[in-house]
Parts: sequence; C-alpha cells; structure tokens
Amino acid sequence: MSNVPSDWEVVIGLEVHVQLHTRAKVFASSPWGFGKEPNEQVDPVVLGLPGTLPVVNREAVEKAILFGLVVGAEVPERCAWDRKNYFYPDNPKNYQLTQKDFPVVVGGQVEIELPGASRNVMGEHKFIRIHHAHLEEDVGKLSHAGSGSLVDYNRAGVPLLEIVTEPDLRSSAEAEAFLRSLVAMLTQAGVADCDMEKGQLRCDCNVSVRRRGDAKLGTRTETKNLNSISSVRDTVIYETARQIRELEAGRSITQETRGWNAELARGYVLRDKEDAHDYRYFPDPDIPTLKISRDTVTRLAKQVPENLYDRQRRYVDKLGLPYTAASVLVNDRALAEWFEAAVAAHPANPSGIANLVANDLLRDLAASAGAAGAFDEAAPAPLSLASCPIKPAQLAGLVKLTDDGVISKQQAKEVFAEMFKSGKDAAAIVDAKGLRQNSDTGELEKIVQEVIADPAVAKSIAEYRAGNEKAINALKGPIMKRTQGKANPVLIDQLLRKFLA
Amino acid sequence: MADALHTLSAAELGRRLAAGTLTSRALCEALIVRYQAVNDKVGAFTHLDQADVLAQADASDARRKAGQGRGPLEGIPVAIKDNIAVKGQPLTCSSKMLAPLVSPYDSHVAERLRAAGAILYGRLNMDEFAMGSSTENSALRKTFNPWDLARIPGGSSGGSAAALAAGLVPLSLGSDTGGSIRQPASHCGVVGLKPTYGLISRFGLVAFASSLDQIGPMARSVEDCELLLNALASADARDMTCFGPSDRALTPAGDAKQLRIGIPKGFLGKGVAPEVAAAVNAAVEFYRAQGCAISEVELPSADLAVPTYYVVATAEASSNLGRYDGVRYGHRSATAGTPVEMMTASRSEGFGPEVKRRILLGTFVLSAGYADAYYVRALRARAKIRAEYLAALAGVDVLLTPTVPTPAFKVGEKASDPLQLYLEDIFTIPANLAGLPAISVPCGKSGHLPVGFHLVGAPLSESKLLAAGRLFEAAHGYADQQAAL
Repeated sequence: MSNVPSDWEVVIGLEVHVQLHTRAKVFASSPWGFGKEPNEQVDPVVLGLPGTLPVVNREAVEKAILFGLVVGAEVPERCAWDRKNYFYPDNPKNYQLTQKDFPVVVGGQVEIELPGASRNVMGEHKFIRIHHAHLEEDVGKLSHAGSGSLVDYNRAGVPLLEIVTEPDLRSSAEAEAFLRSLVAMLTQAGVADCDMEKGQLRCDCNVSVRRRGDAKLGTRTETKNLNSISSVRDTVIYETARQIRELEAGRSITQETRGWNAELARGYVLRDKEDAHDYRYFPDPDIPTLKISRDTVTRLAKQVPENLYDRQRRYVDKLGLPYTAASVLVNDRALAEWFEAAVAAHPANPSGIANLVANDLLRDLAASAGAAGAFDEAAPAPLSLASCPIKPAQLAGLVKLTDDGVISKQQAKEVFAEMFKSGKDAAAIVDAKGLRQNSDTGELEKIVQEVIADPAVAKSIAEYRAGNEKAINALKGPIMKRTQGKANPVLIDQLLRKFLA
Repeated sequence: MADALHTLSAAELGRRLAAGTLTSRALCEALIVRYQAVNDKVGAFTHLDQADVLAQADASDARRKAGQGRGPLEGIPVAIKDNIAVKGQPLTCSSKMLAPLVSPYDSHVAERLRAAGAILYGRLNMDEFAMGSSTENSALRKTFNPWDLARIPGGSSGGSAAALAAGLVPLSLGSDTGGSIRQPASHCGVVGLKPTYGLISRFGLVAFASSLDQIGPMARSVEDCELLLNALASADARDMTCFGPSDRALTPAGDAKQLRIGIPKGFLGKGVAPEVAAAVNAAVEFYRAQGCAISEVELPSADLAVPTYYVVATAEASSNLGRYDGVRYGHRSATAGTPVEMMTASRSEGFGPEVKRRILLGTFVLSAGYADAYYVRALRARAKIRAEYLAALAGVDVLLTPTVPTPAFKVGEKASDPLQLYLEDIFTIPANLAGLPAISVPCGKSGHLPVGFHLVGAPLSESKLLAAGRLFEAAHGYADQQAAL
C-alpha cells in the first residue's frame, strides 16, 4: 500500500489491452499462439503484402461482445474500424486497424473487492465504470541484435481488446483489485486467457493527483505498456509520490507519456505532449461497418457466466460457506463448478465439501501440477481439474461418510489421500482398508467395561477421578487395541465418561 | 495479313480454338512474334515470361484435347496490369519501390482466370501505383500511343490499353480509381469497363484508394469485354467490400433500343475539343435514330467531383502506401541508421515525384486541424455527388458524355502541369465516387486519334452498358480498333 498524504487524492484510469482467446488472427486466417519460431505465424495478409485485405474474424468480434455482456455494457447496433497511421517497423502496414468512433463495447462496470483487514474478512466492494472497449490488432515485436534490428510478426494481427476505464480508481490497491477482478471475469467467460507472462494482458496507466476536495482533475501522465499487476501497482505508487513531490515543491506536472523500468522500479519520460503523434485517423475503407444482430447478442448472452461476486455472495449467504473458502472457490470458474457439482451430490454439508476442495484438493492439485506460472503471482497455480482423479460425486461421498459417522475426520484425510492417488470411491477404500468405525454401542459398552475392570488401568482411573482430565486417554489405547483401532472415538469418550462418573 | 491472329477478337479466337483450327500454343507463339516486333516501340509490357506462357498454352491445349476445356476463355491470353498479383510474377506497380518484388500469391482475378483456362500473359506498364493519366509516371519504361507514337496512351492503365491497340494481346485487365481504365481506352480506341464497386474482388489488387479502386476488363470489342467481365465477377470472402454478382443479379439488359439516355447539362461545353464533341454528338444521334429516348439531366454538383476525388483518393493513398518502407519487401535504402531512418530513406528513394505529391497531399488532408476542412467535407461532397447521380439514374438508364475532353496529348506536354493533367478525369471520376459502373466505347476519331464516349449506369447495370455498347459497335464495326504499326 502506498502512503498517500491524507490531503491528496490520486485519480487513476486504466487502458487494458487483452489478447482475445481466438483460433485465428483478427483480420487474417493465420493461427496464433505462444512459443513459435519467429515469423512462423504469418501469411500475406498479416505481413501486409501489396494487394492483401483484412477480413474481420467473427470469433474475435463475438468474444468482444461477450465481454460487453459480462460487464453489463450496451452492445451497439453496429461497430466500425478506423486506421491509426504511424510508422514503426513492428507495424506491417504502418497503420493499425482500431475502432475510434464506433467501438464494439460501450459502458459497463466491473465490481471489485478490496483486501479485508485479514484474509478471513471480506473487504470493501466498489464498481469501476468502463468507458468503452474496442477491438484492434496487435503489432509485431522489434528487437535489436548487434548493429541491426530483427522483427517478428507472429504477434502482429493478434486480436486485442482495449478496455478503457473511467477515472474511477483511487489507489494502487484499487487498481490491483480492478485488474484481478477483470482477469477473473475475462478468463471465466472464456474471452481471454490473460497470461501476463506471455504478454496477453498489458496496461497503460493514467495517473493524476489533486488536493482532496478539488473538483478539477490534475494534469495526468500516462505510463505505457505495463505487463504485470505488480508493475501497475508500483507505477501508481511511484507516480503518485512523484507528482505530489513536484506539486509540493511548487512545480507543475507535464502531460507526458512515460515508461516503466520494473527492474529499477522507476518510471521515465518517453515523450511529452509536444511530440504526440498525429495518427490521422480515418474510417478504414476495406472493412464495411459491421451490423451486430440482436440474435447474436441473445445467443452470446447465454454464455455469460455467473458474476464472480454474485457467486461469492450466494456461497456465503445461501450455502453458509465461510468467506475465506468462498473467495478461493469463486476465483476459478471450473473450481466453483466442480464444487457445486459435489454439493449437488450431497447438499447437506456445503461447508464440509468447500473445506476439502479449498484446502486439500487445491493443495494436492498444485503439488501435482508443479509450480506452473500464473497470470498473477498472488493467485493459485493453474488447476487441472479436468484431469483430477477425484470426481465431485466421489468427494461428496467422502464427506457423507464422515457426516454419517462411518469414518472419523482423521480417517477422512487418509481416505482422501488414497482417493487422489487411485481415483477410487471413498466407500471402497474404507471397506478395503477396513476403516469402517465400530459404532455398535452394545459391543463397545462391553469392551469399555472390561477395560475399566483391568487392574492395569486402576491408577489412571484414580487420577481421572481426582480431576486429571487427560488421564482418561490412557484408557482409550487398550480399547482401540481390542477393536483394531476401529472404535468410534467420539462414542468411546462418551462411554468412558459415563462409566467413570 | 487481314486474318493475322493478333488482329482477331477473343470471341473469334475462342471459336477457332473450340473448332480445333487453332491451338493456344500457335496463338501464343504468334503473339510472342508480335511482341518481339512491336513491344519496344509501344512499351506496353514491362515483363513477359515466354517459357511460362508457352507452358500454360500447352497445358490448355492438353485440357481441351482431354475434353476438359474450361469455357470461352480457354487458351486465350489475358495480359495483366502490374498492380494485380499473379503468383510467381513481378508485382511492381511500375515503381522502383516494388521493382524487386515477385508476388507469392494469386489475386482473386488471377484465380478466376486460371479457373477459366485463360493464359496469364505478362505484366503491363502503368503510372506508378496507378497515379496518373498518361503512364508517364512509370518508373520502369515509357509507353506510347499505338495510334501516334509521339503521344501518351492515357493512364494509369496505359499499358493495358496500348497492348490491345497494338495487337499485342486480345484481352487485358486494368484498374480504375478515377478513370484509369476508361481514359486510356478512349485514347487508344478500345473498350474499357469499370464495374460497380464491389462486383469484382480487390483481393490482390495493390491498393491506391480502396474505396474507389476496381479491377475491370479491357478489350478491342464490347463483346470481348463482356466475355472477360463474366469470368472476373464473383463473390470473394477475402474482400469484405466485394459482394460479387451472386447476391444481386445484374439488371437484365432488355432491348438496347428502348434505353433512356441522359445527357448531363453543360458537359459538352467545358473544355471539350470540337472534334470530341462532334464524335460524341454523332453517337447521341445514332442512339436517337435507334429509338432511344434522349433527355437532358442536371448534375449540379459535378464540379465538385475533381477536388473531392483528389482529397479522398490521396487521403486513402497516403495510408495505403504507408506499408512500403523497405522492412519486409521492396526497395530498401543502403543508408545505415535506425530502423525509422532506414524506412524514411527507402521511401524517399523508392517513390517517384507524383506518388510523393499525392502522399503529401493525402497526409495533409487527414492531419489534425485540417481533416474537418478537407477530408470530412470531401466525404460530404462525395455523398452528395452519389445522391445526384442515383437520382438522375432513376429517370434514365444511362448517362452519356465524352470519356475524356480532349484526344491524347503529346508525351511530356502536360508533365509539368499536374492540375491540367488531373482534368483528364473530369468525366470519369464521378462513377468512382458514386461506385457506379461505367464504360468507354470508341466512337470515331479526332484526326488520327481515337475518341470514346462514356456511359454511366445505376449500380449493377453493367448489362445495360454492354448492350448499349454492342448496339453501337454492331453498327460501326470493329475493324477500326487496331493501330497500324
């Protein structure tokens, strides 16, 4: 958390560039993906060869519309593309196709959750408004080698959704929470994968400060191309401190474009307003205005998953889950749906199921998956729930055996471990291992009475009766021994206390 | 040599090929002989791969022999303007910038021609990136008018028109952004048609001004032009602005003698040479005599067409030509430096003066602070011109004017006066701005120089234009359309 002096307020707006989850590029049939040899994923259209023309990839437009529906935006009747002209070698046509006047998403909002006082306590919720989101093409990558430069166009033409917020964010923590929430919504709806290590989500961060109570916004700076949530957080902290320092020293803020050096944790000036590009936008004559049919919108609306925080509220309010477990489960749609399938098989104890899923199952999955990189260093490792040896109904079966007193909670841990290894049903493991508890009161009463009568434990009985509670445990060992460890420990405890009273 | 193969129409060649009295190889060999005799004088072609042509001809003859002929164009050579991509052939746009480029892919029209069995026959000279009206802006070579070798053939499809008039090839492809098919057709005494915007795919046509560019057929007869048009028009998913003929049927032609012909008021006055006016008036009288209804129509915004065109076309061109930077293909400056310095030097060296002039103009009209005054106003003017033309064409079937105000001028005569040169396209530009089909048909001579008349129709009324052209051609003959060289 930054330490912003209380008489200052920071105002933040983000432009988030997300690579959409599509098979083909946005205006060409060439596929795209990570880890290919340079210039392997190109074709005449991607390279901008003379005579080639863009063709809008319907899948990309639909993913963008789906995002709009996820954030409750207005889906316009039509959208259109413009050319943004500038010269740079990573830009195959020296113009970028983007949507300036008629974007595919207008408005909407993203609910965010700020950190609570502790991990077990839910923090404050806020809504951050989306100004618009537009669909454009990514550019290639330029690198410098020796005396020359190399350019790789694999990334050129990858569909990018640029999501522009209103200046609603007021702290680095809010910026961080916004990005986490946005990433969860994008991934849960299948709009984007948001893998930051692969550059699938990049952020431009607009920051200004003003004296608390001022109606007018301060002069803002824009820090470009931040490729992790932590870089956004650090940039906000750095830029806030820098701007306050400048203003308190009586200097003014220059409207400028800045870069961020994550290694040095420092920002730097890229160009000031005087050097701002004139992009000479005009409507792209190769792509006619695209009409968005209401049938398409209706069809896509059915793909919108339950909102992250609606789901969290439902888990806490309706299913009675503790906040901690609920917050873990809702972060991953597949995990939440897995959990819900288990609850459907054993509706009596959602908390018991949640506990096993959020703790034991996640731990074992993470261990089996290894320390695979995630989009966000603070989030759980990616899951392979699909290949999880335990199926939801099987986990429900385990919880039911515990709830019915067939096995103890301690035994449940052992059975869980075996289920994760073999994929067998809990009941089968319990039977094979002979773990079924002896809860036959008549039989256990007889054994308890026999043990109490044994002179070898007379000393412990005397101690217990004298007030030493723990002395009773010395009697449990012989009982377990006579029952091969299957006696229901809760029942034994009850019986001992009854007969020794 | 009245019956020499190079003088025959594509339709007649097709009949002989079908009858088995001619092979594609014999035809191509005859045309190569003609090429060797004439091309250096006319300068129509910039490239001809003779071995490839003969291999294509042999393949065509083999198909025909096997009963697998592909239709009326089977075995017939079609020469192609050098801004239309053919796989394995140069794609230079007659520019130093693209002189080293060989296309790795086929344009849609090249695919269509192959599917029709045609021989893809050589590359034709043009004004650099199709910017010009005389083919003098080619960086590769000069092209001369076959009717008078001291004169220009028109442009930008000058090579396409000159090749036909010189008997170098029976059919050719041009492209038309403001008159680039019709103006050289008029100057060279051949037929050229600019289709409705969207009828023919632009995939593989190097863009000059995307909202105006169309590929079109050129030939020595209206019949041949129609033959080629039918092979080219088809829907193509690779060009989002192309709907092809499948969505909406071309307007049925009906009886050409029933056509209602509109004569735009004042068009025969301004700067039109008397011999041109006389030839065009004679064509009007011909149609009247045939029974066509002739009436005068008003097109009050016609004067806006040339300035509107030079704003819209240059704006789009400034962006379309941005990609030529020496990074991926084409001319790369030897000047060392940063990538951006290399790009700047490559462009400075690679483009000719007219291309630079238009890039500068287009960059200016799109610039912040000027776009509203120029580009945005031009779009409004364009919409107005289109509305006026559509309104006029609701009352008549076609509008008839000269194609060009004056006959072909001498090489170098207007080279120093771009504004004068821009007026060459005054009658042809509105069809591009309005997306309408238009044709130039030869209608006589001014001295020894050909003159053409120009018909514009409503969207997808190509069949009416062709029917009107055929009616004229049937009465006036075809013999006069090839220059003696």
